[in-house]
Amino acid sequence: MTQLLMVIDVALCENCNNCFLACKDEHCGNAWPGYTARQPDHGQRWMNVMRRERGQFPLIDVAYLPKPCQHCADAECIRKGHGAVFRRPDGIVLIDPEKAKGVTALKTACPYGAIWWNEREDLPQKCTFCAHLLDQGWKAPRCVQACPTGALSLHRIEAEDVQGFVAEQGLEALGHNDSSQTFGVYYKNLYRFESWFIAGSVTEYRDERAECAAGAAVVLFRGEDEIARTETDPFGDFKFDRLPARKEEYRLEISRLDEEPKQVSVDLDSSRCIGTVWL
Amino acid sequence: MSLRGNPRFIELRDALAGPLFAVLLCGLPVALFWKRLTDPAFRAELRTKEFTAQITAKDRHVGRHFRFSKGKVRSGRGILENPEVCISFRTASAALKLMLFANDHLTQINAMKNFVVEADGPDRDLIWFMQTMNRLRSLAEPSAGTSMGDGVTRYTSNTNGGPVFVYVKDGRILRITPIEFDEDDPEPWQIKARGKTFTPPRKGTVSPYVFALKSLVYSPDRLLYPMKRVDFDPNGQRNCHNRGVSGYERISWDEALDIVAGEITRVKREHGPGSIMNGSGSHHMWGNIGYWLSARARFMNSIGSSQIVHNPDSWEGWYWGAVHHWGNSMRLGASDTYGTVEDCLQECEMIVFWSSDPESTSGVYGAFEGTRRRQWAKELGIRMVHIDPYYNHTAALLGGKWLAPRPDTGNAMALAIAYVWITEDLYDHEYVQTRTHGFQAWREYVLGEQDGVPKTPEWQEQETTVPAKDIRALARLWGTRKTYLSPGGLVGFGGACRCATGVEWARSMVCLMAMQGLGKPGVNMGCLQQGAPVDTSFYFPGYAEGGMSGDLDNTGLRISMYQRMPQLPAMNTVSQLIPRLKIPEAILNGSCEGYATDPRSIEGQFKKFTYPAEGHSPAKMYYKYGGSHFGTMAESNRYARAYQSDNLEFVVNQSIWFEGEAKFADILLPACTNFERWDIGETANSGGYSHHQFIQWNHRIMTMQHKCIEPLGESKSDYQIFLELAQRLGLGAPFSEGMTELEWCRRLFEASDLPKVTSWRQFMKKGYYVVPAPREELRAPVSYRWFAEGRHKDVPELAPLPADYTEEWRSGLQTQTGKLEFESSSLKRFAPDDPERPPLPAYIPSWEGPAAEELYAKYPLQLISPHPRYSFHTMFDGKDGFMNDVKDHRITIDGYPYWIVRIHSQDAARRGIHSRDLVEVYNDRGSVICAAQVTERIPPGTVHSCEGSAIYDPVGKPGKSPDRGGCINILTPSRNIIKKSHSTASNSCLVQIRPWEGGQGA
Repeated sequence: MTQLLMVIDVALCENCNNCFLACKDEHCGNAWPGYTARQPDHGQRWMNVMRRERGQFPLIDVAYLPKPCQHCADAECIRKGHGAVFRRPDGIVLIDPEKAKGVTALKTACPYGAIWWNEREDLPQKCTFCAHLLDQGWKAPRCVQACPTGALSLHRIEAEDVQGFVAEQGLEALGHNDSSQTFGVYYKNLYRFESWFIAGSVTEYRDERAECAAGAAVVLFRGEDEIARTETDPFGDFKFDRLPARKEEYRLEISRLDEEPKQVSVDLDSSRCIGTVWL
Repeated sequence: MSLRGNPRFIELRDALAGPLFAVLLCGLPVALFWKRLTDPAFRAELRTKEFTAQITAKDRHVGRHFRFSKGKVRSGRGILENPEVCISFRTASAALKLMLFANDHLTQINAMKNFVVEADGPDRDLIWFMQTMNRLRSLAEPSAGTSMGDGVTRYTSNTNGGPVFVYVKDGRILRITPIEFDEDDPEPWQIKARGKTFTPPRKGTVSPYVFALKSLVYSPDRLLYPMKRVDFDPNGQRNCHNRGVSGYERISWDEALDIVAGEITRVKREHGPGSIMNGSGSHHMWGNIGYWLSARARFMNSIGSSQIVHNPDSWEGWYWGAVHHWGNSMRLGASDTYGTVEDCLQECEMIVFWSSDPESTSGVYGAFEGTRRRQWAKELGIRMVHIDPYYNHTAALLGGKWLAPRPDTGNAMALAIAYVWITEDLYDHEYVQTRTHGFQAWREYVLGEQDGVPKTPEWQEQETTVPAKDIRALARLWGTRKTYLSPGGLVGFGGACRCATGVEWARSMVCLMAMQGLGKPGVNMGCLQQGAPVDTSFYFPGYAEGGMSGDLDNTGLRISMYQRMPQLPAMNTVSQLIPRLKIPEAILNGSCEGYATDPRSIEGQFKKFTYPAEGHSPAKMYYKYGGSHFGTMAESNRYARAYQSDNLEFVVNQSIWFEGEAKFADILLPACTNFERWDIGETANSGGYSHHQFIQWNHRIMTMQHKCIEPLGESKSDYQIFLELAQRLGLGAPFSEGMTELEWCRRLFEASDLPKVTSWRQFMKKGYYVVPAPREELRAPVSYRWFAEGRHKDVPELAPLPADYTEEWRSGLQTQTGKLEFESSSLKRFAPDDPERPPLPAYIPSWEGPAAEELYAKYPLQLISPHPRYSFHTMFDGKDGFMNDVKDHRITIDGYPYWIVRIHSQDAARRGIHSRDLVEVYNDRGSVICAAQVTERIPPGTVHSCEGSAIYDPVGKPGKSPDRGGCINILTPSRNIIKKSHSTASNSCLVQIRPWEGGQGA
């Protein structure tokens, strides 16, 4: 059976919110019987765009993570939904808008916080992958159609090819490192949101003036192990990204040519701009 | 003598014309009968009509009358003595020609102007009769939209953020989506660059706020009925001081329009010309007919009104500054950008974004069309540098070096870059020598030979706080690589041009490019936001080309449209002007002055005008239309105070929503959105100051803007409101030319190049047309390439006007020397000793920054207020719409959607402020309550909060208490950037921030 997979590339998301808003346009004021009741005009975020700033002024970056229902193959909400939640053969997980009325267990069932409670209808609601449109022949859900940067895309993959596709594209599932489970949503470049970095600027004196030290060698150590090396850019800046998001001690050796390297130790507790290093 | 002039021929022709005319008239009852039979809307209209109309030819005593009564039409031969409505032709032969060729508008207008045809009767019946005669041209209206099955029709429309499909079922909008092309639409262009081929997707993008439109159409804040302020009595107590305080009551359209028409005549009678003041926002819902530069202009000119003139708010420093160095007055000092997408992708090695965030501002109207192109540039490894106090969304998406100067110091950095280039010999000597003027003086200034202050990177560091080393690194990269400079999201925009140093910043941007060979391959202005290789030769008017305005003076009508769409001219007889930024002073103090935004020449801006104008009445009535000034104009509390003055005897606001300024009116006229009326327009084609603006788009897309749903409540289209007012003033015929909105749309369609490629019927049905991309050899050449190579100008723009060339036509620039001028000839002529704007760009520290020591001690934070990303000024904000839910637009706390102020973690910590805390941002001008967003995206000492709040919600007395709506311009200075201008310095704004404790006063 062909599975529907949404791939979200964090590096391409710029927080335009077109996905979030197109979803509201489709679902606020419109009920799609058999698929979902109407979304309240305010409050629910079926496509929830999360923001994360990394680093400190002036060396920072910002990443956004659009988070819809992950359409898990092994979904908590199906287990706790008293038969009101089901997974279609194409992988879309739907909450039956009739059967789910009053099923309060679904309020907190989702580990991703992707289920929203409609107080007025006494009803749990979430992303449907715009199944009502796909069933009418639409090529993609509204969020994918609305995405201007290519951050969101929809793929139709045979069930047996899903793991291969995920591996080949370098995709990750949110909050799951193993590949034992399958999902309807996979992420690319998740490190932009989840990993930490160490960045800094290297400066030197030339002709009695401060100058950006371009082309300086920077080596990163964890304990005694060299884990990465790079060269400063024309502004003397360097950045080691994709460091695991856990407290750890690092050491930097910064040098130009064969001069004695400058040592800097960093106790990493979040992404860090270490400021200016003088050679 | 030719046959035509032969008297006997004329006599014979006229003799024959009589009977023929009679026969033609006989056909009308048949057509009316058929129309009545087939058109239910017409049948409904007929039921309300009770009058007799007559059509006659004076020379032959031929005529026919039509009696409309009880939903029926009876017609008879012969001429009645006293019909209510009479259309009389001078001769039967003229009648024949005019009736048979109703489409020939030039002939029709000439006949009107020469009194060959005259219309008489009460306007309401007369205009309806004229419109009905026009509608008989097509017995069946072409069908609009595409049926999608299940009772759903897909219409098309257009917006500030791109063209859209509108799905409608049972008279209600289901959804609004971007336009995806079908198989009949043409293939887009391709660009080959560095071994790769790039082509845009076959669809249009849209700005985020477009997806909020449904929520705005059905907003609870829609004005659905005419309203009157409860304590306003035009014949008794007006209680002007209660504007913004008192509530409203529903009244009928008749009552509302009678009051407004009555006040128009009263103020003219009692005070004379000039007493009606009229103003609008800079933008309106998209379309060429219902636009502020179209229907509104024609109406306001027809009644004669003091025009509120706009400052060049998007351009400011470019208009008042850069224009004196490279001309481009027709673009208000901005630049053309033809061919730059291809040139940039093929040749450029580095893009410097300077006060440039196209991912937030979409250039203007550009949706996300440029995004894909910038992604290509990233893919090609083109280096990017972002100079902006805020780590903006373009920097966040594309990466590259971020340099964050202190606001309002931009040209200190520019001068230091020039210093490095001069001292390290990193500029184009040959270009400077042959294509520029005044370099020696600039060189001396930069090196400090005039004032003893060398403009070194270390010198700039004191002003900008950006390390000198970074500036040296940037200058060296720039001086050794082919570089595009992108000042502003569009070339010639940018927040840096709207501050006390904005004029000098824009001037220095031109000077930098003059040193690097502007126009040489890979060396130009832009950031791929403009300059797509679309077909510029296909004609379709932009909104600033005046639509149906008839206004030759204040729109671009005379460029092409007056010839292409002949129409009755509508000239304003009132020459009194009121500068938009000084409306409060005009009302409260009774006088003010300004300088003109006149694009015809560089010198246009030197014209000073004063209010009141000689012999004119001060403004007594305010006809406000469109968006709210509170969210967009500096020191906005002034406007609230002006509204409460007795000097303004009457205020009418024609508005779609009950928001912002609308709450200060005496009478509210509910206008509908452009989804509820007919219009026609091309995506991103503004025309006027932004000639060929559509080259931001990857495709040129013209849209029929269908009337997708009926107007909500009792709201009406702007055109219809103006028409009904005009009818009360006996101006119905000159205002409407007897046409409906839809007929005006068709007339505009016919004036464009569309009829060459599609029919009206097809266009009405499909709703859009995509212009095929030109063959590669027909693409527009690269801007300034001709200049760099010393050739005649070869880009497809008419400007400058022929007289503004010093040498031959299309040879050289608009400047006096025809060259890029470091030292400006025009400023030397006009005011050589002006300390605020010397002929040579200089660094003059901001009058509202750290150099203003006393103020800075009190208010140590520099506030920048760029355009909002999630609204178009006030248009898409508030109104209980979807945008209120966007996390980076407003933050809802205790059920109230607060505007956001962004503050650095250190500044926040020092004040005990956390993210989502309510804070008061304040200075001597007022105070605004915002939700804090603590961030690293801004340096310490600078804070960021967008302009454009649609909500004005003072916690106490309007104009005198904190606003929790978020009108950040309450805080910005109303002082002009320089005295000899009409300009806003909104990014020169010192404030303090403290936790908000509640209460009424600052």
